[in-house]
Amino acid sequence: MSKFKMHVLVCGGTGCHASQSELLLENLKTIVADKGLDNDVQVIATGCFGFCEKGPIVKIIPDNTFYTQVTPGDAREIIEEHLIKGRKVHRLLYVDPENKEQVEDSKHMGFYKKQLRIALRNCGFIDPENIDEYISRDGYEALVKCLTEMKPQEVIDILKKSGLRGRGGGGFPTGTKLEITSKSVSDIKYVVCNADEGDPGAFMDRSILEGDPHSVIEAMAISGYCIGSTKGLVYIRAEYPLAINRLKTAIKQAREYGLLGENIFGTDFSFDIELRYGAGAFVCGEETALIHSMEGNRGEPTFKPPFPSVEGYLGKPTNVNNVETLANIPVIINQGPEWFASIGTEKSKGTKVFALAGKINNVGLIEVPMGTTLREVIYEIGGGIKDGKKFKAVQTGGPSGGCLTEKHLDTPIDYDNLLANGSMMGSGGMIVMDEDDCMVSVAKFYLDFTVEESCGKCSPCRIGNKRLYEILDKITQGKGTREDIDRLRNLSTVIKDTSLCGLGQTSPNPVLSTIDNFWDEYIEHVTDKKCRSGQCKALLQYVIEPENCVGCTACARNCPVNAIAGERKGIHVIDQEACIKCGACLEKCKFNAVFIK
Amino acid sequence: MGQVKSLDDLRRIKEDLQQKMKLRENSNDPESLVQIKVAMATCGIASGAKQVMDFFVEEMDKRNIQAVITQTGCMGYCFAEPTVEVTIPGKEPVVFGYVDAKKADDIIEKYIKNGELVEGIIPVNYETIEKK
Repeated sequence: MSKFKMHVLVCGGTGCHASQSELLLENLKTIVADKGLDNDVQVIATGCFGFCEKGPIVKIIPDNTFYTQVTPGDAREIIEEHLIKGRKVHRLLYVDPENKEQVEDSKHMGFYKKQLRIALRNCGFIDPENIDEYISRDGYEALVKCLTEMKPQEVIDILKKSGLRGRGGGGFPTGTKLEITSKSVSDIKYVVCNADEGDPGAFMDRSILEGDPHSVIEAMAISGYCIGSTKGLVYIRAEYPLAINRLKTAIKQAREYGLLGENIFGTDFSFDIELRYGAGAFVCGEETALIHSMEGNRGEPTFKPPFPSVEGYLGKPTNVNNVETLANIPVIINQGPEWFASIGTEKSKGTKVFALAGKINNVGLIEVPMGTTLREVIYEIGGGIKDGKKFKAVQTGGPSGGCLTEKHLDTPIDYDNLLANGSMMGSGGMIVMDEDDCMVSVAKFYLDFTVEESCGKCSPCRIGNKRLYEILDKITQGKGTREDIDRLRNLSTVIKDTSLCGLGQTSPNPVLSTIDNFWDEYIEHVTDKKCRSGQCKALLQYVIEPENCVGCTACARNCPVNAIAGERKGIHVIDQEACIKCGACLEKCKFNAVFIK
Repeated sequence: MGQVKSLDDLRRIKEDLQQKMKLRENSNDPESLVQIKVAMATCGIASGAKQVMDFFVEEMDKRNIQAVITQTGCMGYCFAEPTVEVTIPGKEPVVFGYVDAKKADDIIEKYIKNGELVEGIIPVNYETIEKK
């Protein structure tokens, strides 16, 4: 039924557009029409191929030929040689930077191997509400294998050997956590899935639960088998209604198939799962607070030890794991620990899912092997910075993390490298900032969040973060001093050292990392009273350029606080004391006389 | 639905489904089924994926084209929601972004009926574990 024999895809992304892909597209279309091929060949613009560095990109279907750096002048050669005579234009083929060989088929390009989907393997592929589709992708085979062929300790050993670490932020080895819980002696034990994803801009766990709920259910049952538990609980925030519904449907289907319930696969292992809803408090992502919240108490953390693996939910040993960590477990059992350990860096194995957000072209969900650099993530997968602006920083780890800058772009991403550079892996939120973002305001934004979310139990976090916020606010108001920066640093250190739980121990990170990486910007705010990105309104000055002012009085008439004085046909002046920086004068002036200093 | 009691039971379900899929995928017969997957995670639904899915369900029926229309999770292209993956038998899947009712209509009329591509294709840029 296909009318066209060939398709020529031309990248229409921002990067390629900037290097004349539009003209190239026009040329291709014209020449195809000239040659009378328009019934057989379709030329079309596509979204970004993510390969902007070598743009403009042209891809030919069905043979998957991938041409790079194609100029409008190359159009004729591609059509005459490739489309008509069937000979590839070799000089335009992509050359593999490692072995210097030409790559003819895009499927063999290393570039497209940047993303590897393990935790997201079924996301966007199967129907999450159909258990058969999950089973058709090896679903529940890992569980059968564990229950019928392996002892609990053997399963734990596989996970230990794989090197899987907790994906919720801390990075504790998952196998070891299971082992400790399995050795705790108790009549009842619990498996808990932590689906209390709270970082601003992060949506990895939600997407997994929405796209592949059975993988989490299967992994929880496997965890239950490892530690000798029959009861699983998912702590999920109530503001994830779709994830909750999909999970409920999945649990119901698993029960109907006998994959949850009594005597699974005819063995004497029984396991079932219940949901517990969280009210959306950030601190409840901390495991002790999460457990208290599930018990019906206040969501406040308690001192560790005792760790939940010894004394957790209702005082019983509890294994708490994050959604993404769990989603990795069935694959590790099926494919073997050696396979998993072969991906990633020395101490961080496997892949990590990131939620790309902020000033980046391809906002979305990505999964890359550990050790991928920030540059690859931002420029190649993320398609670069929006509107061709300049990259400034990327914030990882949410309110507990820090900002990484241009000098960190080539650092391989793993748990240890991020920590060493003053940030952290966190759960996987990645917020990209460009030159228009003020770093003092960014730190203030995160502190605002932590002040709101602090549970108030310990004073360093409750009072300290509030003071940090006030100092930052003072700086953005243009009232800060050089001493305030030292005060920020000292206070941050104290809060980190003395807070009870992870929230307070990490909340000053955004402040410290912005001071370290953007020292100049802080100094400008306090000494020159300037904000280079123009975000801190209090530091802006609207002024009238006398040479351009014709005295039309438009600005004075529109000023809501009567801060502009001047006679008709005379030069106007803005009273800086009275000005509230609303920008009305700038908008109304037709003579470009008002500008921001 | 019966209870799953062994690995063999699981494999049977798997094979049943894979058999069906294979029939769909490998056939070059124009009468065989087109597969349409609509990404229906929160991001997709918020941008109108439900309406797009309804549109496909109704219109494919009205226009008398046999198709399997299913929902799926987040494909990761949140910037281009709603996203839809269309697989024509014997061809590789194509992902279309920014799909609304008008674009969906174009996809049916141009791509599904004529094999003509429609603007807004999103190049797939990841590997899954099967390809290793």
